[in-house]
This record gives sequence, structure tokens and C-alpha cells, in this order.
Amino acid sequence: MRIALLFALMAVTTGPALAQDAHAVPGEEPVDPYVVSDANAGATPFEGQAMWAAFNEGEGVGRIVDQMLDLSAADPRTAGIFVATDMVRLRRTLREQFCYILNGGCRYTGRSMADAHDEIGLQPADFGALVEHLQTAMTAEGVPFRTQNRFLAKLAPMRPDTVTR
Amino acid sequence: MTHEVGASVIRSIFPCLLACLLAGPAAAQVFDWVPDSRTGGKLLLTGGVSSVEGAGGGGLATWAVTTGYGAEDGIGGNVHATYVSLPDYELRSVGAAVGLWDRVELSVARQEFDTGSTGALLGLGEGFTFTQDVVGVKVKLVGDAVYGQASWLPQVSIGVQHKSNDQGAVISAVGGRDDEGTDVYVAATKLFLSESLLVNGTVRWTKANQTGLLGFGGDRNDDYAPRFEGSVGYLLTRNLLVGAEYRTKPDNLGFAAEDDAFDLFAAYAFSKNVSLTAAYVDLGSIATFEDQRGLYLSLQVGF
Ligand code: HEM
Repeated sequence: MRIALLFALMAVTTGPALAQDAHAVPGEEPVDPYVVSDANAGATPFEGQAMWAAFNEGEGVGRIVDQMLDLSAADPRTAGIFVATDMVRLRRTLREQFCYILNGGCRYTGRSMADAHDEIGLQPADFGALVEHLQTAMTAEGVPFRTQNRFLAKLAPMRPDTVTR
Repeated sequence: MTHEVGASVIRSIFPCLLACLLAGPAAAQVFDWVPDSRTGGKLLLTGGVSSVEGAGGGGLATWAVTTGYGAEDGIGGNVHATYVSLPDYELRSVGAAVGLWDRVELSVARQEFDTGSTGALLGLGEGFTFTQDVVGVKVKLVGDAVYGQASWLPQVSIGVQHKSNDQGAVISAVGGRDDEGTDVYVAATKLFLSESLLVNGTVRWTKANQTGLLGFGGDRNDDYAPRFEGSVGYLLTRNLLVGAEYRTKPDNLGFAAEDDAFDLFAAYAFSKNVSLTAAYVDLGSIATFEDQRGLYLSLQVGF
């Protein structure tokens, strides 16, 4: 009986995910409930595997996200924005988002771009700074410049959702 | 809103005058109603370089981007020095421009068109130089050339350039109608980021002869007509844009045919503070001297 219940529970959690699942990642702070959906990633994925390969797949994306965030958190222009941030969650959701967009076979379980950024009051110059650090990180990973731009073209339209001031 | 702000500024400035301004808080309050003015919010080269008439653009063409590296929350500005070496002439330009909150651009440039030894052949005297001042204003209307990647809409700006040439007598002697003129233009610029491709098209209503260096209007034609400026650039790296430009021009003067202009350029940004543009330009025939092709070099320093 107990085992049956457990199975039932598992079946529920692997179905259309609800917000609570996304919160339940150990080591992360809770966030307000939201509906989990790939649409929250804010862009449609590339087709094929070329982009994913150019980013050196999951490991490459991990290094790119880490370096982008480390540089952003150390940059006097944007350091203040990240002091109160749950970096464990941010690293995880960014990896998922990049992986999803690069067609690396991930699901994105984070919040929408508007939802995630509506309270941090980002300015246009903050966006520019982050893009520069992303470019640096992609270059360090050996992602060709044209390929970088193809990826940035997916992120660029998210600017109005993230920049609120 | 503005009324309140104005009143509060007066309240804070009036009682303490200098003391408060020096102290800082009042200054901070004054700046409350000035939009944020951070610098450097744009990506490398996305403010264009200093075009020959001083506005942000390519070399020969004016683009819809606002000059410098200020984004919507910032200001940018730069000075430039440009040198064009042609077989029979030399063109020098120095100028300054500011971009305000990625909305408005103000520019000034002084161009010197030096006829060198050709001056003697033209009967003007060796080293005869036309000097032209260009004052420009550009306003962004819609679109975002860089970030508007989900939309087909380019960044569109309109602008005015007022030009005044110091050689009125010579200009009228060769059939020119005026030593002053005003160009009005509409520019559309779009970066096709996924292709690393920048495209610009500008329509300019003008009657300037050789962009005004030989005056405005002429014995053959004295009406404004739309002329086209097109640029295509390819981003090779974050710092390097290479491309080509084409510019059509009026042909108003009876004594000398005027040709369209063409260039192949490379703009290199060493940093957000220094960039260098080198180009091969073909300006065609100028004042009866054919095949004016040569080197264009432009240094821009700013933020
Ligand atoms: C296209 C550009 C951007 C993308 C794709 C992006 C992506 C994300 C993602 C996936 C999250 C996590 C969502 C979640 O927790 O569910 C997030 C949150 C966050 N982002 Fe961004 N972001 C962008 C721009 C920026 C910029 C420019 C900054 C600042 C320089 C920034 C700072 C933050 C911060 C501080 C958080 C955490 C918010 C919180 O803890 O509530 N983001 N972003």
C-alpha cells in the first residue's frame, strides 16, 4: 500500500510539473509559486545539435554560466545586484535555460524573465555589462564569434522583460 | 510632476545656495530629475563611428544609431579626427558629438577640403581650402538596431545637418547657389545579429555639392532631391566591423560632373574609448579631376 502510494506520488511529480517541484531543489531558497513551463525560458530552442556541440554541451554551458556570473558579481557596475541573490538557484536555472535554448535536451524549470527580474530594477547598462561577460565566457569556452551572436540573438529580445528602469 | 520637482529644486537650492551645492545632497536632488547618466551601456561598435559629417554612422553614411556608448540610461560622447588622402585633394575633418540617453545625438564637425597643388590648376591658388562647418541633430524615433532581434523593425532616426561653407565667392563663381545648406535625412539601421550583419539605409534630402564642400545648389539644378546612403557591415569579432558603403549625390554644377561615392571600410574598436576606421574610398570626379580614390583614416576617442 505504502509503495503504491509512493508510485502514485512519483507519477504525479513527473507529470506536468507544478511550482512546488521547482522549489524543492536542496540548497536553494524558496521562491513564490509559479507555473513551470519551458515557455518561461523566453525563447524557442535551436534545431539540431550544432549549437549544443559548439558550446561543448552541458559542461561547456556550466563553465560559461559560472564565468558569466562570477565576472558579473565581481564587476563594480553590477556587483550590487547579485549580493542578495540565491546564486545556487541562479546557476541551476541559467544552465537549464541555456541548455534548453541550445537544444541540449533540458527542460527549463525557472521563472519567466519578467517574473525573475521584476523586482531587481535592472537598467540598460546592466544588461550590456552582462552580455559583455557572457561574450567573454563564450570566447573562453572557444565558441566561435558567429555562433555566439546566434545565441545572443535569442537573448536580445528578452531585454524589455529584464530591464525595468 | 515637473512642477513638484521644480519646486523642490528651488526649495533646496534657494536657502543654502553654494553651501548645499558643495555639500552634495542638493546636487544629488538636482540630478534626481535628470535621467540616469551611466556611461558605457552599449556594446562595442554599436554606436557606430564618426562619419565624415560628424554624425554617428559609418564613414560616408550616417546611421540611425546614436553616437557613443550611452544606452537609454546613459550618455556618450566622442571627438574625431578624419583624414582622406585623394590623388588631387585632401580632406580633413575634426568634430565632436554626444549621444543623450540613446535618443538624441548632437554633433559638430569642421571639414577642410584642401585643394593643394590642384588649387593652382583650378585658378584658386596653391593650397586653397574650403572650410565647412556642420552642425547636426539626430533623434531616434523607433526600434532598437541591436536588441530588436525578434522584430523586423529597424532602428529609425531622423536628422538635420546644417552646413556652412566659408568660400561663398568661389562657390558662386563656379555656379553654386549658396554657401549654406541644410540636409534632412531618415536613417534606418538594423543588426541582423544571428548573421553578424549590419545593414543601414538612409535617405537624405539635400542639394549639397560634394556634401557641401562646393556649396549648395547650382546652375544645373537648385532643388532638393532625395539621395541614398547604404552600408553593409559584417562583424568579424567584437572589435572589428568590415563593410562597404555607397552614397548617391546630387549633380548640380555645370562646370563639373559629380559622381556617387563608394567605400570599403574596416572599423576597429581598441576599447570603448578608442576606435580607428580605415577605408578605401572612391569619390569619383571632383571639380573636373577624375578618379578621386584614396585612403580614409579616422580616429575616434570618447566614451
Ligand atoms: C537575456 C538576459 C538574461 C537572462 C536570459 C537571464 C536569466 C535569468 C534566469 C534564468 C533567472 C532565474 C529565474 C528563476 O530564479 O526562476 C534570472 C534571475 C536573475 N537575474 Fe537574470 N537574466 C538576464 C539578464 C539579467 C541581467 C542583465 C542581470 C543583472 C546584471 C540579471 C540578474 C539576475 C538576478 C539578480 C536574478 C535573481 C533574481 C532573484 O533572486 O529573485 N539578469 N535571470
